[in-house]
Amino acid sequence: MIRATINGEDTEFLADERDSLLEALRERLGLTGAKEGCNNGNCGACAVILDGRLVNSCCVMAAEVEGAAVMTVEGIAPDGLHPLQQVFLEDAALQCGICTPGFLVAAKALLDRNTNPTEHEVRFWLAGNLCRCTGYDKIVTAVLRAAATMRGAPV
Amino acid sequence: MQNLKYARARDIDEAARLLAEGGPTARVLAGGTDVIVQARERKRPVGLFVDIKKIAAVQELRYDAAAGLTVGAATPCYRIYEDDVVRRLYPALVEATSVVGGTAIQGRASLGGNLCNSSPAADTVPAMIALDAAVTIAGPGGGRRTVAVAAFCTGPGQNVLAQGEFVVSILFPPPAAGSGAAWERFIPRNEMDIAVANAASCLRIEGGRVSAARIAIGAVAPTALLLEDAAAALVGKPLSDETVAAAAAAAKAAARPIDDMRGSIKQRRHLAGVLVERTLRRAAARAEEGGRP
Repeated sequence: MIRATINGEDTEFLADERDSLLEALRERLGLTGAKEGCNNGNCGACAVILDGRLVNSCCVMAAEVEGAAVMTVEGIAPDGLHPLQQVFLEDAALQCGICTPGFLVAAKALLDRNTNPTEHEVRFWLAGNLCRCTGYDKIVTAVLRAAATMRGAPV
Repeated sequence: MQNLKYARARDIDEAARLLAEGGPTARVLAGGTDVIVQARERKRPVGLFVDIKKIAAVQELRYDAAAGLTVGAATPCYRIYEDDVVRRLYPALVEATSVVGGTAIQGRASLGGNLCNSSPAADTVPAMIALDAAVTIAGPGGGRRTVAVAAFCTGPGQNVLAQGEFVVSILFPPPAAGSGAAWERFIPRNEMDIAVANAASCLRIEGGRVSAARIAIGAVAPTALLLEDAAAALVGKPLSDETVAAAAAAAKAAARPIDDMRGSIKQRRHLAGVLVERTLRRAAARAEEGGRP
């Protein structure tokens, strides 16, 4: 039995000792937003925020999160859509969508600490998230526009 | 995933005991960015993960002007490169830790893990060697020993740790007055890649002459190398085009690279010289700026 705060809610769940956090989220908790891409820490599709830091949930054991706070893409906006999700939709910053939850979570982790990142900072921060469809430009532009929206700056 | 067990150690002695009892397939779990993947892909047999992250000593990040910088073995990269003292006094360490994997890797990956994984291409290892770091190792029965990082790795994926031993912390001596250090790697991408070659240099300059030098290169031999011949080409002399070229030539001579998908023997040997030259020049500039390694 593991006790953790998942998307703001105190949660108890059973997991096998060999389960990764990604497996526990998807298969035990029904939170299928985090995706299994490479399952080896390269693609970022499984990114979640663990105690305030961006991590790949495939590279965390479920048992490690006892007492910790985990935020998945399902939890980035308690009501409606997060500004990042809104801009990703409006600007079509996705094609097949598999990488999108990881990009959203990673971008939120960036904007939580830097409300006005440069394009270089966005690209460097998101270097661990792979997208095979978009060529990244629309994603980077969307993150910059969401940041401006959240600051109340003219877009 | 292999059918493995998970145990959380509360203190150093419990971790050493769990590792000793777990036998050769008991592995330390710190950031997990290498070892969890190796366990899943069956590249290492793992029967037990001993999670050491709740032990205070492995999460330390403390600077003392006399003792130097102590970095707990499991302290994640982001805490190292975001730390004001590390940024001021150990910029070469900031350079290396800032590019280990991507952001999500840096949220977990640690110096201790990078060292104990003992990849020939480990990015932080040449920085630790150039900065003359040493590790504190704990073992069963309260045993403790200290090993220089330069002597820690013995081959690809191999190191001096015996059964039941693990790295608790890494100690960096305080920067000497008039010293400077720099780290650099070559990768074909801009970020998120494994080094084709990497290098770090630490210089002390007194009265216009190099009084001490430590130069290390990685990804060009089975382990990162401390280049004594390259250092000897500099000590007692001014840092000039000639002495830098002599040190770079010594680096190329010491490199014993392999051909693989990341680079050829010829390219890696060339890069060893280039990266040593660049890091020497930046280390010297930092030494002149005010004794910051």
